[in-house]
Amino acid sequence: MKKSENTTDTTATNASRRDFLAKAAVVGTVTIAPGVLLHQAARAATAEVEVEVVEVIELDAEPDKNTSRSTRPLDQEVSDKNRWGMLIDTNKCARGCTSCVDACNEANGLEGKTGPQDTQYIRKVTLKSKSTGHETSLPLMCQHCESAPCVDVCPTGASFIRADGIALVDRHICIGCRYCMMACPYKARSFVHEDIKNQKLSAPRGKGTVEACNLCVTRVDHGGLPACVEACTAENHNAMIFGDLKDPNSPISIELRKYGGKQLRSDLALNTGVRYQGLNE
Amino acid sequence: MPFPTVHEPKDESKKCIQPEDEMRRNHMKYILHERDETMHEGIRGEPEGLSNCIDCHVEPGDNGEIAGIESKEHFCNACHQYAAVQIDCFQCHADRPQKYIKRDEHSSSLHQQLQQTLAASETSAKGVNQ
Ligand code: SF4
Ligand code: SF4
Repeated sequence: MKKSENTTDTTATNASRRDFLAKAAVVGTVTIAPGVLLHQAARAATAEVEVEVVEVIELDAEPDKNTSRSTRPLDQEVSDKNRWGMLIDTNKCARGCTSCVDACNEANGLEGKTGPQDTQYIRKVTLKSKSTGHETSLPLMCQHCESAPCVDVCPTGASFIRADGIALVDRHICIGCRYCMMACPYKARSFVHEDIKNQKLSAPRGKGTVEACNLCVTRVDHGGLPACVEACTAENHNAMIFGDLKDPNSPISIELRKYGGKQLRSDLALNTGVRYQGLNE
Repeated sequence: MPFPTVHEPKDESKKCIQPEDEMRRNHMKYILHERDETMHEGIRGEPEGLSNCIDCHVEPGDNGEIAGIESKEHFCNACHQYAAVQIDCFQCHADRPQKYIKRDEHSSSLHQQLQQTLAASETSAKGVNQ
């Protein structure tokens, strides 16, 4: 829905631009460079010149950075040729906006409560620098670590990193010991305390097991985007980019190469799949 | 205990992926195999998944209601109760097709709730260490 609003916006911009060009056309030759246009318009103020608008150049369309998606046929195994990750630009993340959180809750059938024992896959966090008082707003979820502490401590093998870098809990073998919750430095995991009914097809979840952000693995496998990224883009905040970190030509890799990205608690050397920009002291 | 009556799909043109005898004895093997492949290898859309069983075999009864997994009217529970075999599948998986699950309530109230929590937390900013 939001997407189509965006489209309408762009069309509206184009329309008014076309209007402007057409009006200008009456008084002079149309060139895209505004300086030239003004100059000629002034000179030919009274002359009637017939012109044709040849091309309208779109100035403000931001390129879609979420083009790196899974193309794996669903009957083939995942492989380590890909590593799915996310890049979050905290400067673009709007304070007070919870679109990503809402979308996640909706996609995974979560209730959206925020008490200490409630499930949260993603939460908005405000960081405050002790030295300058500068505040940064950012979404925080499982960071999809390569060397994941949750996997290290899991006694059953339920916590695992899929070949393509997505951290998952196999709840068929999770015994609910909650060791992983203790080990995760990002407080990313939640324990389900109560019976659950009517789960979403792509988000089975139940009492007695641990769960966390799974990077919307079903959507990703089907060539889609994580729900949070989709929502952020639809809001036109564009603070989140999803893509393949192992593909040097994916927008996320290009962006990281150009501008860099930080890992939260990089001192732990977990090689997280989620990176942040704009974390200023 | 009376012998269970098992719900047959109303649409008689639908065919099971395997003959009835085979499914009776070995359905759990199909489901288990599919489970591990999907979970660990990301293989999806194979016909052997649990949700496919549910999609055909769980339908509203004559009263228009779906019998939940606790009921012996439910396709899975009908036999499992008779055979006294406890199944855990539906602690995590929905016991009925998605199209019969009503979802509307929470989205908007949920959003408001979150906005409030967020407003409260922004006055006392805190988070993880960078
Ligand atoms: S962020 Fe936490 S839950 Fe996610 S992979 Fe790392 S240790 Fe595991
Ligand atoms: S709660 Fe489950 S996933 Fe976490 S460590 Fe225990 S068995 Fe592993």
